[in-house]
Amino acid sequence: MRPADQVLASVPTATALGAAPVSGAAAARLALLRDLKLAFRKRGQLVQPLAFFALVTLIFPLSISPELARLREVAPGALWAGALLASLLALEFLFRDDAYDGTLEQYALSGQSLTALLFAKTVAHWLLTGLPLALMAPFAALSLGAPGTAVPGIVASIAVGSVALSLIGSIGAALTLGVKRSGALLALLTLPLSLPVLIFGARATELAISGASIVAPLELLAAIAVLGVTLAPLAAAAAVRISLE
Amino acid sequence: MTWTWFHRLASPPHIYGLAGRLTPWFAWPAALLVIAGLWGGLVLAPPDYQQGDGFRIIYVHAPSAWMSLMVYTTMAVAAAVGLIWRMKVAHAVAASCAPIGASFTVAALVTGSLWGQPMWGTYWQWDPRLTSELILLFLYLGYMGLRAGFDDVQRADRASAVLAIVGVVNVPIIHYSVTWWNSLHQAPSVMQLGKPKMPLSMLTPLLIMLLGFTLLFVALLLVRLRAEVLNRERAANWIREAVSA
Repeated sequence: MRPADQVLASVPTATALGAAPVSGAAAARLALLRDLKLAFRKRGQLVQPLAFFALVTLIFPLSISPELARLREVAPGALWAGALLASLLALEFLFRDDAYDGTLEQYALSGQSLTALLFAKTVAHWLLTGLPLALMAPFAALSLGAPGTAVPGIVASIAVGSVALSLIGSIGAALTLGVKRSGALLALLTLPLSLPVLIFGARATELAISGASIVAPLELLAAIAVLGVTLAPLAAAAAVRISLE
Repeated sequence: MTWTWFHRLASPPHIYGLAGRLTPWFAWPAALLVIAGLWGGLVLAPPDYQQGDGFRIIYVHAPSAWMSLMVYTTMAVAAAVGLIWRMKVAHAVAASCAPIGASFTVAALVTGSLWGQPMWGTYWQWDPRLTSELILLFLYLGYMGLRAGFDDVQRADRASAVLAIVGVVNVPIIHYSVTWWNSLHQAPSVMQLGKPKMPLSMLTPLLIMLLGFTLLFVALLLVRLRAEVLNRERAANWIREAVSA
């Protein structure tokens, strides 16, 4: 076997999902593991949203002022603008490769719930972009003058908020599957729907930096994320089926 | 009870003829009501004790804002009907709604901003209602952008229908999050029309304008729907007969 074949053999393929009588949860778990494995074989792509996030953070001191006192005021907005744009950038990779090589078609034909499989893909997407962004955000925040005590609040708000962003984005990514040059359209569809996440997320970050309790906006973020978990995979599945017709 | 009238609504030739016959029944009352409402609002109604004559822009602003939401709801309901019962005419209705709704939204934004200049001393204020109206405009633009992204009408119909339904779930969330965001950052806006009861001489023209704009929307929708049906069915035989007759 060539190394490439070994790689392929170790990845659970879509046909394997359909052929063996696996339960829905097992199929979703396999889809999740498959996405994680594939992503770790293309590490370059994984780092891109993080590098983009770091660059957006760099823009603010350069364009506003290097004074930490002034940067501290804009830090919540800077962090959330960066996180929102980085997650938007990463959405392009969510379904595109799988649509090109026919994996999504196999998922739809597998007899498993397409909703569950797409939810698994979205969870994998969050683990690969949202979570790393949340873990990287404290460094960006500290560099913008936020105090060390704000770190847990910032991590929590970006971690929870990015769940909602990934779910909302999955709808936009699925809807634009059949569209050529979909980048700007994806932003136009996704950003207006993401604004509540931005509002509550930036508010939570602002409260964390000023040392106040972030419970209220964090709960609202969690509420949006839960609503997203219940509805977004259904809409994404409907959109993927339309793109496959 | 017989359902044939309902099933005939799904037939493009029938809806084309029906829309043509109904248009004057909506267009003329709309014209009369708008003229009556403008006369009542701009001439008969007394000047406001605080805002003087400046308040009179409400007779265009409020009906436009009201219609921007009503058209979006109509669009989403039509899209859902089209998606669920695979009714082509319903998709044509949804597609015809979008540019009308976007135009009402622009009208509401422009009149709101013109009203803001004498009242707030600025053309633009990040007032919650203006902000959510602006987001609504982006939702319309996203819907139209997604439709334009597909070459195939049926796929455009179904994908944009999913987006319209997702949008309608999101509109209240966006509205409340924007209101909440705004109440944290600035004092509540000056304007609370309706709270201090409007005298009847001011209110009546407003209600007449609301009804007039609603009828105007229906008339515009019927005209656009005919054009949309013509465009979609341009290869069909009945079109040739209808045009040559």
